[in-house]
Amino acid sequence: MATLSPPWRAVVRSGLIAGGVALYTALIGMLVAFDEREVVRNSFTLGQLLLIAPAVLVGWLTGRKSPQPDARLLLLRGFVSGVVSSLPLLALLLVSSVVNLRTVLINVDRDLVRLISFDNGVGLPGALMLAGSLGVAGLLGAFVHLIPARPRHALLTALAWMLGAGILGELVRQLLSQFLDRGALSWFLRRDTLKPEPAALIFVVVLLADLFWSWYRETRGQQGRNESHVLQYTRVGGLAILLLLLPLLVGSAISDVLTNIGLYILMGLGLNIAVGLAGLFDLGYVTNFAVGAYTMGVLTSTGILGIENKLGVTVFNFWLVLPVSLLVAMFTGFILALPVLRMRGDYLAIATLGFGEIIRLLALSDWLKPIIGGAQGILFIPAPNFLGVDLIGPQRLYYIILGACLLAIFVSSRLNNSRTGRQWMAIREDEDVASAMGINTARAKLLAFTISAATGGLAGAIFAAKLGTIFPTSFNLLVSVNVLSLIIIGGLGSLPGIIVGALFLVGLPELLREFDEFRLLLYGTLMVTMMLARPEGLWPSAVYRREVRRDGESAPLPVGEQQS
Amino acid sequence: MTQTRTVTRNRLFGIPLPAGRTGVDLVISALRIIIVALVVIGASSTLLEGRFTFEQWLALLFAGLAQGSIYALIALGYTLVYGILRMINFAHGDVFMAGAFTTVFLAKSLQQSGFLDSQPLLAILILMGFAALVSMTVAVLLERIAYRPLRNAPRLVPLITAIGASFFLQYTFRGLFGSGFKAYPTVAFLRGTIAVGPINIPVAQIFVFLSAIVLMFCLYWLVERTRIGKAMRSVSEDKEVATLMGVNVDLIIVFTFAIGGALAGAAGVINGFFRPQGVNFFMGFFPGIKAFTAAVLGGIGNIPGAMLGGMFLGVIEAIGPNLVLNGLGIPSANQLKDVIAFTMLVLVLIFRPQGILGERLSAEKA
Amino acid sequence: MKKVAFLLFAIFLTFTFGAQADGHCSDEIGCVVLAPDDPVTIGVMSALSGPVAFLGEDSVGGVEIALNRRDGLVLGREIELITEDSLCSAEGGQTAAQKIASDDQILGVVGTSCSGAAASALPVISAAGMLMISPSNTSPALTNADMDAGGLWQPGYYRTAHNDEFQGAMAAEYALNELGAASAATIHDGDPYTDGLQAVMARTFGEMGGDVVFQGAVNKGDTDMTAILTEIATNPPDVLYFPIFEPEGNFVAAQSQNIPGLEDTILMGADGLLVASFPEATGEAAIGMYLSGPYLSSEDYSAFLAEWDEEFGGAPPSGFHAHAYDAANMLLDAIESVAVEQEDGSIVIGRQALRDAVSATEEHAGLTGVLTCNETGDCATGEALGMYLITEAEVKEGKWPPDVIWSKAEAAMDDM
Repeated sequence: MATLSPPWRAVVRSGLIAGGVALYTALIGMLVAFDEREVVRNSFTLGQLLLIAPAVLVGWLTGRKSPQPDARLLLLRGFVSGVVSSLPLLALLLVSSVVNLRTVLINVDRDLVRLISFDNGVGLPGALMLAGSLGVAGLLGAFVHLIPARPRHALLTALAWMLGAGILGELVRQLLSQFLDRGALSWFLRRDTLKPEPAALIFVVVLLADLFWSWYRETRGQQGRNESHVLQYTRVGGLAILLLLLPLLVGSAISDVLTNIGLYILMGLGLNIAVGLAGLFDLGYVTNFAVGAYTMGVLTSTGILGIENKLGVTVFNFWLVLPVSLLVAMFTGFILALPVLRMRGDYLAIATLGFGEIIRLLALSDWLKPIIGGAQGILFIPAPNFLGVDLIGPQRLYYIILGACLLAIFVSSRLNNSRTGRQWMAIREDEDVASAMGINTARAKLLAFTISAATGGLAGAIFAAKLGTIFPTSFNLLVSVNVLSLIIIGGLGSLPGIIVGALFLVGLPELLREFDEFRLLLYGTLMVTMMLARPEGLWPSAVYRREVRRDGESAPLPVGEQQS
Repeated sequence: MTQTRTVTRNRLFGIPLPAGRTGVDLVISALRIIIVALVVIGASSTLLEGRFTFEQWLALLFAGLAQGSIYALIALGYTLVYGILRMINFAHGDVFMAGAFTTVFLAKSLQQSGFLDSQPLLAILILMGFAALVSMTVAVLLERIAYRPLRNAPRLVPLITAIGASFFLQYTFRGLFGSGFKAYPTVAFLRGTIAVGPINIPVAQIFVFLSAIVLMFCLYWLVERTRIGKAMRSVSEDKEVATLMGVNVDLIIVFTFAIGGALAGAAGVINGFFRPQGVNFFMGFFPGIKAFTAAVLGGIGNIPGAMLGGMFLGVIEAIGPNLVLNGLGIPSANQLKDVIAFTMLVLVLIFRPQGILGERLSAEKA
Repeated sequence: MKKVAFLLFAIFLTFTFGAQADGHCSDEIGCVVLAPDDPVTIGVMSALSGPVAFLGEDSVGGVEIALNRRDGLVLGREIELITEDSLCSAEGGQTAAQKIASDDQILGVVGTSCSGAAASALPVISAAGMLMISPSNTSPALTNADMDAGGLWQPGYYRTAHNDEFQGAMAAEYALNELGAASAATIHDGDPYTDGLQAVMARTFGEMGGDVVFQGAVNKGDTDMTAILTEIATNPPDVLYFPIFEPEGNFVAAQSQNIPGLEDTILMGADGLLVASFPEATGEAAIGMYLSGPYLSSEDYSAFLAEWDEEFGGAPPSGFHAHAYDAANMLLDAIESVAVEQEDGSIVIGRQALRDAVSATEEHAGLTGVLTCNETGDCATGEALGMYLITEAEVKEGKWPPDVIWSKAEAAMDDM
């Protein structure tokens, strides 16, 4: 290593990191599992894509680091970094030819060897094939830098679209099946797999569109920036119509995902009041969700508390119980807030986490089984009925959730700018100072917990009616964690952030559904990388962005003002 | 602006309260009384009923202490990191899993080679060292990749990366070693019992308890008596000042993660010989939460506190359901043992918001 | 603005009224029409991720072997298998069912793994005119059509899994009559399955004159069972029935050895613990333990196991692969029997006709015994259940599966 000049050392180092990533995907079984999924039919699989991706990326990165545009040197570096990135996998090939690793590492099997040696086995041809392929991949990555900027942008965009359509084939099929009949659909896809012709078509169309667009922008310049009111209204109107027609446009399966996202938006809006506005670190938001769901379940189903009329139908219907669920959740929120008012920070977090677990265990317990069903849950929760129409199925329930979300967004935005809202923010910044300024912190916190619980109860009630059956296992710590994560990933304290966060954390895992066992792995990786890349969240409020960036790299404020 | 502080009388349902007392105070006191009353009623009726013998209570106590020792060892990692960085390392339970899960294979091969049976203590030490190494590596990588870039971000941001890292670790190890349950081999000398007074205590319980005590004393000595311990304490007090005094803060933080990870790994092996079954990728989740609870209970940031919190939690879990809930006539009392544990946690925090041994300071700026 | 609105409205109308009517179909709830080169599409909904992912792995493997044995063909067409992850929860079941229901080419589904997922999936599947055959739902409610009595059955639901009523009752009978137990205690783990099973066992045991001295529960994730075992030891039962899963079941079995008072208590589990890793992990504590579970001992089954080993390596991870195999065969047989080939080479399959054909399944010789469906979809008769005994061979030598020492079918024959 000592004899290598610095740029070459960087090439080797980043090559080894990429190789480590490739080895990791191999060992956890991702490569082989993804190899069963074709991106473009009869062309290449997701596993092959994943195998060469680190090499391409590292080739591209090493190319980016070299300042002088010496084409040959650039390509050579790309090639070498690609070859270096194959070393860990080569070592794996070598070791697995000597020892049977499978007794410990269950994924080092024949399929893996076949994949990484490109069907050549553990011998020398396989090794050469692997090193050579990854070297060429690295070279291709470096080659990207030699393409002039405009076609490069177009090429990469087109490639991204094509791969995206291939990887998210299921989504593409769901969407297209709303517009095309089966014959036309089968030209695009075979099941969820993109066929080669449409893949090429997508590539070409996006390529041309991108080229055209950049040419158009250059010739026409950046005009029309000043938006008229009319345009704004049109946008709002368009959005409204889109929201109204969305379930019809996307079909029932995606509508189902939309309803789940909506429920999490509702909960995010509620938790945002406690965490985002008042700075109360609540790790037990599932409590409110559970209370709402169980109130709906117990009152509308035919259990002991579901009062039946003479026809054997419960007297309480969805619409009657909905406000009750909300109030019961608020009441629970209030009661549970009392003992924790004095606690701060992490003490509060663990106490609320404890409440969440207590609620789940009580729901599960044999003790309360006669009332709320215990492990057997509550069955037969009737679907909401609106003007004689049973709102069964996601495409109809969507409208209830949409309505609830809009209402909650309205209330939240009013609260944000209210006197109470500012009191909460003062408490978030410094509780002692807020108290000294004459804010009744106990009352403000109680109010925050109580109001925060409302949308959780609402979401729970709708959830119960949506499923028709509820089981205690649905109300676990992961719900709390997900809600908290989505408001932080969206950008703490920001209403649009909550929506974006919910789309990401609830919608994306649904898209990843077909990757089954790797879904949560990808989800975790995404959470980490997203926070590293944008610690302030995807769509933060201005205040929060400043706060996050304050001590960070940009530090716009002079030292004296840092504590502002 | 000068503020004249007028003594306002708070009202509850329109009735003026004693000066300085709020309605909240009253409700909290009422809550305390209710919980304590329930505990007393439940416990006394169980004891009067005489369903459990004295020996059975003692056996439960020892089982609780042993389980609590495991919680305590994991809790030490939470507490160390919290003391230095004021952050909850949510993935710490999975650091514990990493060591325990990886080492199960080595343990099996040591058993097959006969080494485990011929030199059990030495073998267990080797396994503990190996697990400590694995967990330490994971913890240090975690700090480097997921936490260090966010050291100056608001406290909730590293919490989210920690949650993400927790998923990542769980499913990485599932991918590596599969989703089935593995088990540690059993060692002959741990299977016996020792007669202490009227009851026979399983050797495994004593083994766990003693190992935990020894490890905690080593840690305590390290933090309180060594140079690097002094540096750790200084970083925990004030990072800027520590830097000015010539302490390499980054190094100390890495060291802290390493120590916490090593303890978790060792705990994984100790746990493996205590409760051999159930080794899989998800095994860190519940102990992680329990240990976190224990750390808070004892006063987070405080080493003896974590130990005490862990033991307390273990004993509550073992004795609580039979003692309190049985007496109250609740069916399947055992199902609600975590309800008791968390209620006790809230009760303790109402009395002492900073935990059993926590310092006032940490409550103020926590 | 107006143009956009009009366009969207037009699209809306197309969806709402553009539904096609097919000339060939005379089925009351619709047909699936396969164009000449279309494959036959069936689905699997099972728990593919999460803590009980082994159930899904088990069922999917069984279905795949059923397909392999037909060379992947039915009606001379390729079989397309769609797998959806229904987890083991109500929301997972509903999401998976929505996915399945959105694809009108799917004829029927093998699934779900868990009864909780089936409860929310069934209304969706039933409303879509499809049918589902579950290999491992055992909740009695699912095949009970009487809503007032808590029944969940809807048209289109079938299962090859044995109803809890059979297995729980068998465990009680065995404990009382064969083991001569006078008292029993039960433990569940908060899973609807284990709770249901222990409830049936306790009820039957009581009805038959036994004394149920304790019914309690542990939580998933518990490792220390001392508290509950000590409580049981205050009034030691003759039999302790804990139909729970790994690893809690292992902890109960292993730790019961250290509790004074439980020395003479016989341990009894169910198919949740009928997995190869159980005896090995639990060690000597497992010796002498009884497990109730599906009784599979035919020669066909040995061939099936050999095929599994070749295909996936090792042994099946749980006890429902054979049920999934039978479910897939029942579905494919029914498809073959009702398909009508048109002149243009396309195939029309009526959905109600398909349901009727599955309902009419009679004396289907499956791996899990002879299957005959009743009117509410229970196709397993409960005869293919047996009691297994774990001996030293399983614990020390890795023998698997253990021997069946008693089965209902054989006991019935002895009575004759």
